[in-house]
Amino acid sequence: MRGGVEQWPAWGLHMVQSAAAANTQYNYDIIKKFTVMALVWGLLGMSAGTYIAAELAFPFLNFDIAEITFGRLRPVHTSLVIFGFGGSALFATSYYVVQRTCQARLVSDWMANATFWGWQLAVLLGVIGYMNGVTEGKEYAEFPWYIDLLITVTWVLYFLVFVLTLRRRSQPHIYVANWFYLAFILATAILHIFRNLSVPVGLFNPTSYSLYSGVQDAMVQWWYGHNAVGFFLTAAFLGMMYYFVPKQAGRPIYSYRLSIIHFWALAFMYMWVGGHHLHWTALPDWASSLAAAFSILLLLPSWGGMINGIMTLSGAWEKLRTDPIMLFLITALSFYGMSTFEGPMMSLKSVNALSHYTDWTIGHVHSGALGWVAMISFGSFYHLIPRLYETRLYSTQLVYVHFWLATIGIVLYIASMWVSGIGQGLMLRAFDDYGNLAYTFIESVVFMHWPLVVRMIGGMFFVSGVVIMAVNVVMTIRRAKNEQAVLEAKIAAKMARAGV
Amino acid sequence: MKLSHESIEINAGLMIALVLVAISIGGLVEIVPLYYIEDTIEKVEGVRPYTPLEQRGRDIYIREGCYTCHSQMIRPFRDEHMRYGHYSLAAESQYDHPFQWGSKRTGPDLARVGRKYSNAWHTQHLNNPRDVVPESIMPNYPWLLSNELDYSDVADRLRALRLTGVPYSESEEEYLANVEQFGEAVAGQLEIHRAEENLLDQAQSEDWDGDRTRLTEMDALVAYLQVLGSMVDFTKYDEGYFAEFR
Repeated sequence: MRGGVEQWPAWGLHMVQSAAAANTQYNYDIIKKFTVMALVWGLLGMSAGTYIAAELAFPFLNFDIAEITFGRLRPVHTSLVIFGFGGSALFATSYYVVQRTCQARLVSDWMANATFWGWQLAVLLGVIGYMNGVTEGKEYAEFPWYIDLLITVTWVLYFLVFVLTLRRRSQPHIYVANWFYLAFILATAILHIFRNLSVPVGLFNPTSYSLYSGVQDAMVQWWYGHNAVGFFLTAAFLGMMYYFVPKQAGRPIYSYRLSIIHFWALAFMYMWVGGHHLHWTALPDWASSLAAAFSILLLLPSWGGMINGIMTLSGAWEKLRTDPIMLFLITALSFYGMSTFEGPMMSLKSVNALSHYTDWTIGHVHSGALGWVAMISFGSFYHLIPRLYETRLYSTQLVYVHFWLATIGIVLYIASMWVSGIGQGLMLRAFDDYGNLAYTFIESVVFMHWPLVVRMIGGMFFVSGVVIMAVNVVMTIRRAKNEQAVLEAKIAAKMARAGV
Repeated sequence: MKLSHESIEINAGLMIALVLVAISIGGLVEIVPLYYIEDTIEKVEGVRPYTPLEQRGRDIYIREGCYTCHSQMIRPFRDEHMRYGHYSLAAESQYDHPFQWGSKRTGPDLARVGRKYSNAWHTQHLNNPRDVVPESIMPNYPWLLSNELDYSDVADRLRALRLTGVPYSESEEEYLANVEQFGEAVAGQLEIHRAEENLLDQAQSEDWDGDRTRLTEMDALVAYLQVLGSMVDFTKYDEGYFAEFR
């Protein structure tokens, strides 16, 4: 496998490092904007998540205020973290990666800016709408029809900016990270359009009704829902991984061949697996069985990506002891490996019979969302931000603090959800000696109280880590501004002395 | 010509085309046949589109995000049968735009909650769940009782649903087809030009929220909850019948 390394062309790894030149050569302004907004949405979205976790443990926190009840805040949480945080992080890093690896400036500043404002507006209007009861009632596709249209326009511009910039590349090869970003942009476009086909009640009415109904709507939903995971939250973040892991490690990607194989396998197989969300439902068995089979196969390309990422560090393992950014990146890959093992296991019908409808699913999602998506983003941002602002990170110690707060938070989260989910699943299917149900439903709710409290605490750990990161980032940006000011003062003084 | 992956890596257009092919197949194979394989939806009597009042209740169910904690899909297991009733049929949600099968049971399944509890119980429970289930962690929904039901656009809503394929009738011809399929009483409920009148009649037909003088969001939501899972008469079918469709 090592032989593949030499085959990597110059892609990205031997690039011009002069930051001053970079700032005019590349459009960094748009990346800064998306990066900052990713952190803002992330902080808000994860706080909203922690709050709704608290509502489940202590229902008085709903306060009889319609706008903040669990049912309305839950899509606020999911949309803020997936589209606000995740989406902005992907815009930021894809614009950075495509420029650096192609050694070309983004094709159009106004188009890039339009994607920024379109995306931020969609997220903002969306969550304000949810709190006021404007929702389509389809998980992760709750945006009303007019926001769906706004997203469609934004996405077309994004596709154009990305692909036209690719065409400006200075070397013939397209770097592997860009394959993943490209697949993500294409797949998201298809998923978004077909999931959101609906008939509006009127031109000035926010309500619309899904074009599909019942069993077909369910299949379209989970085809969309699981591939939002597959392409938005996996393929795209693998793109991020393929740039930032080798850069931070200072080593080329482990295997060129492996990246080809797992890229195509991932792109092909993910689209089949959505039906595993519908085991034992009114979806015909053939469809859910097919989905389960592909879910198990999907373990291979998933682990292909994990292995390729982690083994990139081969020969430089000591960096894990000295570099907290590397710690974030490699831990993210470990969680990716773990949740892509757990996923196929949960897609087995016998396991799913117990796990479905319970907190086990919630725990599984968060081992991917917090462990993989958020951790790889944090690691990439810690690498990216000092380069964008041409300075050093304010504090490496704070990166360590963030890392441990995040890791402890995730472990508390996942473990408590296993207890809650498996516990509830077992209680609901238990029978007494006479063949009656051993527990009522509400008894399982009472049982879940303490796991729900621990989950909330896990969430608090994770959010406090993000707060630390926000402080670190703000201080880094301030330092950059100070350095800039000092530099300008020096130049001015020199000019004055020279009597210009 | 030598075939190698390099030819894709140096050609963005080719890569786009091949990615599109790779990501299209799975969805096509799993979704399209659901419209063409006849056994996908069971042949069963009794399932009808929602009345205007029930549909408004369903809109409120979606608005409040009930699906984030309640499923409407009973699986074919012994415990679920004992707890909720007969497993859900695809036919029972054939007029649901969008479906509300849900993915999480923080609270119990609601697919067959219809007529299991009284209207008064539902009203009290939605107003403050802990009044009837002390350990409940569900939020209170007091505004359902204080908000007047807005039914000004109910005909437009049925019209939009008609465009998605729900057989609400706009013409005499469509009405007669509904009479044949659902009987006269139901067909009358599905007439779009009578939507408001039907809604008001049904609101008065029962004491939904404990106060007949006002038409509240609670009236609509309770009417919706009370029809869930009650459309099919399972005593008419022997046990093996539905298994044939699985």
